[in-house]
Amino acid sequence: MDLNLTDEQRLLRESAERFVAESYDADHRRKMANDPLGFSPAVWTQFAELGWLALPIAEEFDGLSGSAVEIGILMEAFGRGLVSEPYIATIVLGAALIERCGSTAQKRAILPKIADGSLKLALAHSERAARFDLAKVATTAHKTAQGWRLAGSKIAVLDGHAADEIIVSAHIHDHQGPSARIGLFLVPATTPSVAISDYERLGGGRACNIELSDVQLPKDALLGNGHDAQPAIEWAVDRAMAALGAEAVGIMQVLLDTTLEYTKIRKQFGRPLSANQVIRHRLADMAVQVDEARSMALRAALKVDADPVERARAASGAKAKIGRSARFVGEQSIQLHGGMGVTEELEVGAYFKRLVAFDTLFGGSAHHYGRHARLGRTTVPA
Amino acid sequence: MDLSFNAEERAFQDEVRGFIARNLTDEMKRATALTPSVFSDPDIGMAWQRTLHKQGWGAPGWPVEHGGPDWTPAQRWIFETESARAGVPNVNVMGVKMVGPVIIGFGSPEQKNFYLPRILSGEDYWCQGYSEPGSGSDLSSLKTRAVRDGDDYIINGTKIWTTHAHHANRMFALVRTSDGPRQQDGISFILIDMKTPGITTRPILTIGGDHEVNQVFFDDVRVPVANRVGEEGKGWTYGKYLLEFERGSGIASAKLREGLKAIADLAESDLTGRAIDSPDIATRISEVEVDIDALEMTELRVLAALQTGQNPGAVSSILKLRNSEIRQAVTRLGVDVIGHDALAVEPMRPLYKLNHEPAMPEEMLTVVPEYLNGRAYTIFGGTSEIQRDIIAKMMLGI
Repeated sequence: MDLNLTDEQRLLRESAERFVAESYDADHRRKMANDPLGFSPAVWTQFAELGWLALPIAEEFDGLSGSAVEIGILMEAFGRGLVSEPYIATIVLGAALIERCGSTAQKRAILPKIADGSLKLALAHSERAARFDLAKVATTAHKTAQGWRLAGSKIAVLDGHAADEIIVSAHIHDHQGPSARIGLFLVPATTPSVAISDYERLGGGRACNIELSDVQLPKDALLGNGHDAQPAIEWAVDRAMAALGAEAVGIMQVLLDTTLEYTKIRKQFGRPLSANQVIRHRLADMAVQVDEARSMALRAALKVDADPVERARAASGAKAKIGRSARFVGEQSIQLHGGMGVTEELEVGAYFKRLVAFDTLFGGSAHHYGRHARLGRTTVPA
Repeated sequence: MDLSFNAEERAFQDEVRGFIARNLTDEMKRATALTPSVFSDPDIGMAWQRTLHKQGWGAPGWPVEHGGPDWTPAQRWIFETESARAGVPNVNVMGVKMVGPVIIGFGSPEQKNFYLPRILSGEDYWCQGYSEPGSGSDLSSLKTRAVRDGDDYIINGTKIWTTHAHHANRMFALVRTSDGPRQQDGISFILIDMKTPGITTRPILTIGGDHEVNQVFFDDVRVPVANRVGEEGKGWTYGKYLLEFERGSGIASAKLREGLKAIADLAESDLTGRAIDSPDIATRISEVEVDIDALEMTELRVLAALQTGQNPGAVSSILKLRNSEIRQAVTRLGVDVIGHDALAVEPMRPLYKLNHEPAMPEEMLTVVPEYLNGRAYTIFGGTSEIQRDIIAKMMLGI
């Protein structure tokens, strides 16, 4: 058992925090908010140069074989700056699924390009009728003489508009008819009959909905050999939730620091707001919840490679608890800023909106406490 | 970073498990499970202390030269976790975890030589004389006075909420030795033999039906000046040091997890008509479990940071606040889980010596008393409101 950061991890934290402090200021964020792409390709190139895109990829595919703890360190710094680059979509979800499900040829073709920044990915999995149930997929993939034919609708695809290749999940229908297997298919963004409608995402960045109308794909579009990809999707989303939890911690820390400063400066009734015990106790509660969130994000990161039930419970527990803390810290930050907190003139609102988006992504607290409870049962109801 | 144990740590885990399996009797285990108050009765707790002492494990947090086992943080973690899992009795924490560190930190060589071995062996049983009827959260306003008379102090006043004063042979107390402009400055830390003439003890029953706390009266009680720890008037500093240990040095999550497991087992049992089949109960169990996960992770982070031996500081207030709130959430859930059986009262104490058939299954006997007595968790050792004051001041600078 060891809970201390290594020297390399400390350096990573310093360089990520320095990058965010120097390059990712309020002006940059405002520019990105009005940008049709929603992020900066120049920043993405910098990420590649810093080795951050290669971080979790295996060394044999030009990566650095980093762990979820390092991803968490990076994500916490990203949260401080409200970084909007497609890191979760391309690296945490995309690269991980390629590495876990892809054939050696697919990994060789794709992973080095992700690491050097020349290729971006997105995962199109969620569907309206499924809500947050990762096992529910209505999109179909029919086997054809030439390869595959995909049909269906995907929603809330993170950064799909910017991706070169989109990983689409679909129920496999082969010669014997419908199977119980979900396959993952690599769909180039320029494929005919793939309609991408993107939109500004709450809290920064962009997302999209995708219509697949009888999309024709070659045989090798299927990742790997067609084994059921459902466990891999659960695995990848659990990793993404751990990473997003760390990002939320960075966001919450900024809100706590900003709100604390404000209550020291803002005077009413002839004294600073922070002179009131009701305000001090509120801030103490916020500090406690930020600290608990930090513990939960770290715990989820340390358990991403545990057995599936333990991993999923750690991820859902973290998502549920951090989601709840995020709402509390965000809402109280606005409350303590008074009327100004509700305006676009301060950045409190921008940080809050990213937290609301975090709580919603992959399911809110109620969903994840429910998943945690279901997975924790030692006996099944009769 | 790695949460899993290495080969040496796994070997130590086996050693601890083996030790507990060999030494923890069914009687001790049952008595502990059926104790609805905070502390085990001394006959149970001290028997376990003597067993630990024989093994050299009597005071896990102490330095080696005073009899500590020289464990790594991971070993301490394993010891506490395995102890909680097995349901071992509570030892006299007022000795091992409270006055012990103060004597080690500030006591004279004579005091160390006399008191520390007696704490380790279980020969002495300590109680804590801090709160007074007029001084609860505002502890430094305390009025119990020690007036110098030659080589003695003469003590007059009263202490309250004194846990196990009716069992203890010694008390450590904060007493006023002078009046100054700052009320914290005139306080001294003193060690009192409970058999000294002039001390009387009045029992106070708590709402769960247990006799755990007392009020203690001092009428011209003569205590040697040599029993003062450290300097006169510096008692507040020592007392605060102790409180940080009281709040923050423990590993509470392991016990919380066992407490929740007992409730979850009841919820999955036919005894409660399978309360867990209600989605509300199932979700609440998860909420509490996740809160325990967070506390456990914070404890591990603090433990890693404490390797150098400094005291925990303000983070101990976060640990105390959350431990007490989660403890209450567990007991609150317990009452809801047992349903109809929450109506039955079993007044006999101790419950492990019950000599008649109780109105409810034995597994449920402690549930309601634990909930009721457990309201004290957010009050003793500094109320939750005081903890929030400390967090705001020490961590946030406001």
